[in-house]
Amino acid sequence: MSGLVVIGASYAGIQSALSAREAGYADNITVVCDETWLPYQRPPLSKGFLLGTTGEDNLVLRDEAFFKNERIDLVLGHRAVGIDPRARQIEVDNDATLTFDKLVIATGSRARRISAPGAELDGVCYLRSVADAIDLKARLAQAAEVVIVGGGFIGLEVASSAAKSGKKVTVVESMTRLLERAVCPLVSEFLHATHRQSGVEVLMGETVIAIDGASGRVAGVTLASGTRLPADLVLVGVGGIANDDLACAAGITCTNGIVVDEHGRTGHQDIYAAGDCANHYSRFANGWVRLESVQNAQDQAKAAGLAIAGSHGPYDAVPRFWSDQYSVKLQIVGLSAGHDRTAVRGSADDGRFTVFFYRNGKLIAADSINRPGDQMAARRLIAAGLSPTPEQAEDPSFDLKSLVKAIETINV
Amino acid sequence: MARVRFVQRDGTEKNVEIGSSISVMMAAVRNGVRGIDGECGGCLDCATCHVYVDEAQAGLVPPPTEDEIELLSNVTAPRRSNSRLSCQIKIPSSIDELIVFVPENQS
Repeated sequence: MSGLVVIGASYAGIQSALSAREAGYADNITVVCDETWLPYQRPPLSKGFLLGTTGEDNLVLRDEAFFKNERIDLVLGHRAVGIDPRARQIEVDNDATLTFDKLVIATGSRARRISAPGAELDGVCYLRSVADAIDLKARLAQAAEVVIVGGGFIGLEVASSAAKSGKKVTVVESMTRLLERAVCPLVSEFLHATHRQSGVEVLMGETVIAIDGASGRVAGVTLASGTRLPADLVLVGVGGIANDDLACAAGITCTNGIVVDEHGRTGHQDIYAAGDCANHYSRFANGWVRLESVQNAQDQAKAAGLAIAGSHGPYDAVPRFWSDQYSVKLQIVGLSAGHDRTAVRGSADDGRFTVFFYRNGKLIAADSINRPGDQMAARRLIAAGLSPTPEQAEDPSFDLKSLVKAIETINV
Repeated sequence: MARVRFVQRDGTEKNVEIGSSISVMMAAVRNGVRGIDGECGGCLDCATCHVYVDEAQAGLVPPPTEDEIELLSNVTAPRRSNSRLSCQIKIPSSIDELIVFVPENQS
């Protein structure tokens, strides 16, 4: 049996298979995944799922009948353990061997582990998969004092869910502000204040040097400053690492992820990679970038699926991210690294504002708090390479849409 | 069980059965309806599940919230009076079949 083999059944894996099929790929398609669940939604795992507003039933994205109908074979609960690019074979942990004409590696990323003493204690949790989420939800129900290590997306979303559930929550962040690598200081400060108002204590510039335990269970954490925090649950959210080990071992070029072109193609003609595990050159980053987001996974996988089917549709979407915490909607479009100027529309005092980022006079990114309209406008402006002046961006009476409409008129 | 009829721009259709607790977006994604992405899973962040509700039925589904209106303000496909984000639509018991038209592209 040959055809297309996909390793990984999350957003990128499934999208690459579907896009290939949709674009006319007629051979066998087999998706191998070490998880036993049908493909499921990940964003709710830290939010609605923990709170009980999104049930397990609502997590499943596509059922078995759907895959059968699309003639996509799912091999769930089995891990691919080796790739032989020359023999075009995948070795699976059940001793099976799959032969491929085309291969997509969509192995995602894994949670970075904390290395402090006590990290192996029962009650030290991570959140990536639905299995992690089910475990965390059960533990959260029993917990009273929760320490979150890391003030990134996962940490803050879990902090929000835990605080809403009435837990005493402390966030420990080693940098000087929350979400330091993702958002600007104004957004960090706003989120910090929001968490504080919801009863969450946020400790900045602090690192965990030990996780303390009693009878094998977590009992608290000790910080570098000497502070000790009692805890019966510790959630660690300190970033992700690309699952590129399989590809590296197969001799495929990897540098912080599997290096791919705009079609998701690796250095090997018939081997592709997409999603969290892939590193690509992005004009929006002005360089190479590995992104962990649903949008990136789906759009990159679409490009790969099209290329596999002999069609053409390079990946060129503006990166975007979002996070929901309490009633705050944070949306990010573009990549703000390297900006030399910002402009703020709206005001943090009203709880609704957007920060526009410029580099050499060009709009490159926007962070919005509760201003989805700005975000949508920014998405289209950045994609089209259009830039309102900073003065226009700051002027609430200036219609950002007018610039978008202007280009549509030109294009017609 | 109610149905949703998804009509593509080329006229092809897909009929999908839908439970009362499931959004039109979710029904589309689960059944592989082309052109509806639903990236964010329905939390009003991505605006990738834009549809046009059949004009005769537009008034039969509850109206959009402020956030939905803001997101719709700049979708990539033309915005019309019957534009909706399908993650926000569940089928009311008064409707047996909802007809929605899938736009040419998503944001």
